Amino acid sequence: MNSGAANTVSRSPRFHWLNNLWPWLCAASVALSLLMLSALLVLLLVRGLGHFWPATLEEVTLSSGETFAGEAIREVALPQQEGDERLYFTGNQDIDGVRWRWVAIDDIVERSQPNDLIRLERSPWGDFIGRLVAVEQAGQRWEGEAAWQRLTTLLALPASQRQESQLLLTTANGQALRQPLANVASAQTPNAMAWWQKTHAWGDSVWRFLSEGPRAANTHGGVWPAIFGTVLMVILMSVIVTPFGVLAAIYLNEIAHQGRLTRLVRIGVRNLAGVPSIVYGVFGLGVFVYGVGGSLDEWFFSDTLPSPTFGTGGLLWASLTLALLTLPVVIVATEEGLARIPEAQREGAVALGATRLEMLTRIVLPMAAPAMLTGVILAVARAAGEVAPLMLVGVAKLAPQMPIDGEFPYLHLERKFMHLGYHLFDTAFHGEDVQAAIPLVYATALLLVLIVVVLNLTAIFLRHYLRRQRGNEC
Amino acid sequence: MLASSHSVNTSQAPVTHFSSEHSCLSIDHLSLAYAGKEALRDLTLSVPRHRVTAFIGPSGCGKSTLLRAINRLHDLNESVTHSGNIMLEGQDIHDPQTNVTELRRRVGMVFQTPNPFPMSIYENVAFGLRLQQRLPKRKRDDIIEWALTSAALWDEVKDRLHRSAWQLSGGQQQRLVIARTLAVQPDVLLLDEPASALDPISTLKIEELIRNLKSELTLVLVTHNMQQAARVSDYTAFLHQGELVEYGPTDQVFTNPRLQHTENYITGRIT
Repeated sequence: MNSGAANTVSRSPRFHWLNNLWPWLCAASVALSLLMLSALLVLLLVRGLGHFWPATLEEVTLSSGETFAGEAIREVALPQQEGDERLYFTGNQDIDGVRWRWVAIDDIVERSQPNDLIRLERSPWGDFIGRLVAVEQAGQRWEGEAAWQRLTTLLALPASQRQESQLLLTTANGQALRQPLANVASAQTPNAMAWWQKTHAWGDSVWRFLSEGPRAANTHGGVWPAIFGTVLMVILMSVIVTPFGVLAAIYLNEIAHQGRLTRLVRIGVRNLAGVPSIVYGVFGLGVFVYGVGGSLDEWFFSDTLPSPTFGTGGLLWASLTLALLTLPVVIVATEEGLARIPEAQREGAVALGATRLEMLTRIVLPMAAPAMLTGVILAVARAAGEVAPLMLVGVAKLAPQMPIDGEFPYLHLERKFMHLGYHLFDTAFHGEDVQAAIPLVYATALLLVLIVVVLNLTAIFLRHYLRRQRGNEC
Repeated sequence: MLASSHSVNTSQAPVTHFSSEHSCLSIDHLSLAYAGKEALRDLTLSVPRHRVTAFIGPSGCGKSTLLRAINRLHDLNESVTHSGNIMLEGQDIHDPQTNVTELRRRVGMVFQTPNPFPMSIYENVAFGLRLQQRLPKRKRDDIIEWALTSAALWDEVKDRLHRSAWQLSGGQQQRLVIARTLAVQPDVLLLDEPASALDPISTLKIEELIRNLKSELTLVLVTHNMQQAARVSDYTAFLHQGELVEYGPTDQVFTNPRLQHTENYITGRIT
């Protein structure tokens, strides 16, 4: 007895430190997860949004006597202690043939940041970095400070009204260039700008990124068609998947005999959520695009064959494929919501003379609505980030027409569309100018995260509102 | 001991019979089984109109099962089978001609735990009404006020009819559920241990309500609480293991039971 008590006290002292430590281990896991998440967001925010800030331009003189102007991007150490190398964005592809320049830091004799350096955003040829000499318009000529003022006035006009204007420019090493003003999108003198001017210019760039279409094989310009395509596809997907998923869940939980078969179906549905998404893409391609779409073309669009209408990837097939992909999520969430409703509520309704349908529509479904919304939230989050299946069933690198326009029938379900996730992939790996694409990749990734967050928040607020309406949590 | 009481039961057939003008519900040789397991065995009794009839008995004796059978709530469970008849005002409730939703309107049911719907107090009471017919708002408001007054709840909730019913106390919720049932003007009100989840004061209010309601309709009360049965009921049926042991006026069953078995249960010598 005595020795037993002594044993309990002295037993296995090595467990004592674990007993005290395990809450800290749990807390450390949370901290680590939070740290990684915030690192991800900070990286996206800094790299994505920083890209639009007007960068300082440098004029660099090399030991060879050559002079050029550009934006310093980053420095890299050369192998075997040969010093460092710095990457400059120099623009002027029409003059130099390249836009980027690696310079050994030891070769640099002089660096300065003159206020008169100008950066033009042009299409074609991309950015110009150099100096403004004069503006010519209809025989008139402005020089010096007047030229810059004239340029900003003209840029405020629509492009069609500055057809006649020309810019006379020189590069840092003195080469002259004549630039039609119609091809210029914006002009900046970043070294001369105050911080509020820079902020304004930054907001302007961000807005143009969000509202314009892509240029130069997606390495420049904006992502508006991709935002539009992503959101439209996700909305269509939700509209398709919600009724199907909810009805299926009602059948499984309320109507079906709760036997072995139902249990088997339920396990099957849950496991469908784990099927790799590309497999759904293959299914969508085979069944929706070639099968259903091909038949539709034969029956209704035979006059345009062999060029396909519905027999190729498009918005409808992409939405359907993603609806299929997210169906298990909606079914499982709805079923859990239905199972949580107390039997007393159903019996209460039935005992008052409600039919089964009335019980379902007036008591059970309203009570399960928050759970259904949870299912839709999860479905939206999954669908908005999905890229692999879309590549098979309708996403395009560059869609010439938006899926909604003023032309009858306004919503063109057969059209290919752009998607932020695919745009990101394409910009990162398939662009001609990888260096220029890097900041756009961060910006697009940030945007994708924001869109998913906004879609989710909408659903969460809706769910909160529904719960509040009933005055209590359930 | 138990076996002997059962044999006495069947031989003496201690069933109170009421003439048809006094009988509201008559149950005739009712047997019922859950997935083959017998819960009620050959039960025959008749419930008088405008009286409170209490079903008492130990847990699992089948008193709740009997109550639910009167409302045909067992229809929701496909594994339940039955034989025998239940007649409501001379009409067989299992007759294919009988409209089950109309039956459930006529036979209201209040459960052990209050189950107000997740909506406002007003909507809870209006729920059954809305299922029946479209009423003008004035008429509906009148019925709701009448139902809440009958359930002795009107004064407590008249200023917050559009607040959530889930914010009421347990006793108020149970009276709301009774009001909800009264609103569709049933002939019979079945109460399945309506006060077992409530505090003593709420219990008293419910009991008073039951006594007051019997001028309006027929009440059937299932209870575990002997004192409650004695306080509120006019007739008492004692069930044991799915069989009716003794049935008679409450005074007689409690003061002078005919069977030893009943006396043992009432005095707490068996449970």
